[in-house]
Amino acid sequence: MADIAAQPFQAAEQDGPVLAADGRPLKASLARALRRQRLRAFMLVAPLLFFILITFAAPIADMLFRSVENQIVPDTLPRTVLALQTWNPDSGELPSEAVFEAMVADLKDAREAKTHTRVGQRLNYESPGISSLFRKSGRGVRRIEEGPYKEALIDVDDGWAEIDTWRTIAQFSGNYTDGYFLAALDMERTPEGEVTILPDEDRIYLFLFGRTFVLSIMITLSTLLLGYPVAYLLATLPLRTSNLLMILVLLPFWTSLLVRTSSWIVLLQQQGVINDFLVTLGLIADDNRLQLIFNQTGTVVAMTHILLPFMILPLFSVMKTIPPSYMRAAKSMGANDWTAFWRVYFPNTLPGIGAGAILVFILSIGYYITPELVGGTSGTFISNRIAYHISSSLNWGLAAALGVILLGSVLLLYWIYDRIVGIDNVKLG
Amino acid sequence: MKLRLTTVMAAAIGGSMAITAASATDLTIVSWGGAYSASQQKAYHDPFMAKNPGVQILNDESSAEAVAKLRAMNEAGNVTWDIVDVVASDAIRLCDEGLAMEINPDEWLAPAPDGTSAADDFGDLLVSECFIPQIVYSTTFGYRTDMVGDNPPTDICAVFDTATYPGKRSLEKRPINNMEWALICDGVAAKDVYDVLSTDEGVDRAFAKLDTIKDDVIWWSAGAETPQRLADGEVVMGSTYNGRLFSVIEEEKQPVAMLWDWQVFDLDGWIIPTGLPEEKMQVIKDYIFFATDTQRLADQAKYISYGPARQSSAPLVGQHAELGIDMGPHMPTDPNNAKNTLLYNYEWWADNRDDLDAKFQAWLAK
Amino acid sequence: MAALPPYATPLQRTWYWTFRGICVAIFFFLIFPILVIIPLSFNAVPFFTFTKEMLSFDPAGYSLQWYDDFFTNADWNHAVWNSIRISIAATILSTGLGTVAAIGLSQSHMPFKGAITAMLISPMIVPLIISAAGMYFFYSRIGLQGTYIGVVLAHAALGTPFVIITVTATLVGFDKSLVRAAANLGAGPIRTFWKVQMPLILPGVISGALFAFITSFDEVVVVLFVGSSGQKTIPWQMFTGLREQISPTILAVATILVLISIGLLTVLELLRRRSESLRGIRAQ
Repeated sequence: MADIAAQPFQAAEQDGPVLAADGRPLKASLARALRRQRLRAFMLVAPLLFFILITFAAPIADMLFRSVENQIVPDTLPRTVLALQTWNPDSGELPSEAVFEAMVADLKDAREAKTHTRVGQRLNYESPGISSLFRKSGRGVRRIEEGPYKEALIDVDDGWAEIDTWRTIAQFSGNYTDGYFLAALDMERTPEGEVTILPDEDRIYLFLFGRTFVLSIMITLSTLLLGYPVAYLLATLPLRTSNLLMILVLLPFWTSLLVRTSSWIVLLQQQGVINDFLVTLGLIADDNRLQLIFNQTGTVVAMTHILLPFMILPLFSVMKTIPPSYMRAAKSMGANDWTAFWRVYFPNTLPGIGAGAILVFILSIGYYITPELVGGTSGTFISNRIAYHISSSLNWGLAAALGVILLGSVLLLYWIYDRIVGIDNVKLG
Repeated sequence: MKLRLTTVMAAAIGGSMAITAASATDLTIVSWGGAYSASQQKAYHDPFMAKNPGVQILNDESSAEAVAKLRAMNEAGNVTWDIVDVVASDAIRLCDEGLAMEINPDEWLAPAPDGTSAADDFGDLLVSECFIPQIVYSTTFGYRTDMVGDNPPTDICAVFDTATYPGKRSLEKRPINNMEWALICDGVAAKDVYDVLSTDEGVDRAFAKLDTIKDDVIWWSAGAETPQRLADGEVVMGSTYNGRLFSVIEEEKQPVAMLWDWQVFDLDGWIIPTGLPEEKMQVIKDYIFFATDTQRLADQAKYISYGPARQSSAPLVGQHAELGIDMGPHMPTDPNNAKNTLLYNYEWWADNRDDLDAKFQAWLAK
Repeated sequence: MAALPPYATPLQRTWYWTFRGICVAIFFFLIFPILVIIPLSFNAVPFFTFTKEMLSFDPAGYSLQWYDDFFTNADWNHAVWNSIRISIAATILSTGLGTVAAIGLSQSHMPFKGAITAMLISPMIVPLIISAAGMYFFYSRIGLQGTYIGVVLAHAALGTPFVIITVTATLVGFDKSLVRAAANLGAGPIRTFWKVQMPLILPGVISGALFAFITSFDEVVVVLFVGSSGQKTIPWQMFTGLREQISPTILAVATILVLISIGLLTVLELLRRRSESLRGIRAQ
């Protein structure tokens, strides 16, 4: 670096195009040095970038792909998919003998490879009943030696005589599908191919997204309500005192999430500390204890506690930069305490409120552990449903589609956060 | 580490198979954890390891995620489980997908002491080509004896009768079983339940019946929750697995009693994942042959109140290992308990589970 | 708010003390749930409430049995070892990669700085359930699901954003002429790094490492999906315990974890002071 700094002086003494010490034009030489510096900086970042791409970004991209992937149908039933192209689903008639022949051949192969029930399950998401149709037919198809295949297959299971079965197969025969996304938005495709919204009593995911958002907003507001006075106190107290009090904020921040969640179970459950206390005081009857947990109250209270430090810390760092002279100036010009606060101090804290609120909101809409443990049925979030579809119902495509929607909303907020606060301005502790 | 298994030992198990040598290694057995795994440890694992000093059994408690994990392992081509304990519906699914090995009962399993072939001894319980049944368990109700006055419930419909039996009920957070009970208490004959449930009106009817107690229900997702809530007096009655209720009543001596009416039978047993290395098979076969014989299945009932899946084991069921009480009357299959029973309808739920589950969740959220 | 001026009106006085009262209540809300489990973990009976014996400080109401259970129970011991092994390995990996990357990012000529920073910070922002789901599917495909390496890689990825943020923060106040001076005096880049740069950014590196450690040590969602029961960690054991049957042993574990976090907090505070005095930033 010392060489670069010296170059302009030597070059300036020469005539014509300015040359560097090695005889090259200075411009090119500087550009080369810059390139080298950029390369060096990039080489330092490259290992981590590579690491994150492999261990983190690739898995997420892979998951996103599962939300539209439908290869199982064309892969398992290649002949049928091809033969169905000539069939008109609106004709009101069953497909031709050729389609049935293709299906019998596909089913025989699928039965060999044991993939017939997987494709049945895939199509069962769209039309209940297809799962057992494929399972039974996989067993029965071995007996079909020769045509006519239409009668033979319908003989195995009369589900094949229903036009809607074939319509569903034809509709979901592509390599990619929007079926999971439609399901994630409480919609479905009718056998005629139109997108419709599910009847009111069957809607669930939009409702869950809505609940996740509403509860997250409640949590954000309560952290703001509780965090603002504390941040203000910490920012205005003498340093020694505020440092001591800051420990009370940082200790929860550093304490295991599960410890804090178990504390709230201990406090809020019906046989827990708070109910016991109220019974001892005689405020409630022993047989009429309050239901404070395994519902929305439990989720909101526990998560407010868990996320409160994430509100206090950004508020505090903004409030510390507001000179106390602002308030004094306002008061000296005749403002009363409230006006001085509301018109002068409060507007100055808005960036902190924005930063804290978005941070808390982003963290809370993706929360899983605490709602799972204290949320019961009414206080769980969309993440709990995603986990359910991954490990229990095994509808991975739907889990991925729900995940994409959740991820999309978080990234949007992340982008806003970046615009307001700047991602490199995040501070910890 | 190579060890030899003696032919003497194989003969002692009661089989005619002559095992000359087997490479002894670790055997990873996946099960449910808790009291259930403990009963398997005492009845199967410990005696098996005592007879086969070279075999080390490793326990994994992932049965609840068995299908998901086996699929994942299969995709990766790296199966690390040797023997997996699953419920019958999971076994059927794994078998269909080629994730579990097909098993010939008469080749793999010991005949009954009287010579009845294994296939006949297990009978109807061999619900899948891949499934080796171990136990019959049931999902049924328990109630607090001190909260029902002089009028203890004998009928499943007490669950829906909040006037006579006020208080909270604990039900499983899924449609399976709850829908059936709701219809039965709404006047549907047990044999027609699935026909009714196959129609939209039937589903609405079941939900309408559940609506009558919705505000009084606390939903559970882990088998230990109902026993805990019964013990705390938080609920007056609740459904769970019969073995869990047994331990609340007999081991913890809580004021709880069984309501066996319309208990739902289900099966639990072993499957062997596909794609295991050939050299592992002999140890696995040894274990399965040993752990599913008539005596071993009867032994498990000493530790937990689930019925052995072999007919020949039933007469051998004796007393609880620690409590010294007769286990027979606590078995779900005991004639006094099994007056009205349902058998989990694997086929029907395989088709309708995804659909009804979404409807159930939507109903819960309303 | 610093102090009440002598000329304050009664209304101002009332408000001053009301405000302080509110703040005390909020601090109580913050800290009480954490402290309440400490006495309960010494409960002699398996309940989660204060018994009469406990309230009257009768020694019979207290017992160490839950700690005894924690230290002797094979499951918990296994979980402790897994937690330590996984979080130390993940910390080393994320601190090493993160520190080097932070140095690169803070150079003025870094290309695509914004986009790359956003990418490297994203593991902190993406909801854990989505990271966990993606890793579960992807790691299954490449055979890392259910292995120590899989869990360590996943945790390292989650920990790196914290290292980047803390190290970048110390580099903001870093005087670049020091590097030039070292180069001028004949030190090579590696020597300059270890002798000049590293001692100055060390507090940032250590606090980043502590964040990475606690991220891994406390993480449960990803390990539930990426791990199998062979990799059960303390949080995993607590999670399943809380979901099934809450045992007072969990409170004993929680108490130990609170003590650990107090220790970590102290170390961090000392580091912060050292960093400020090293960089010549005086506390106001």
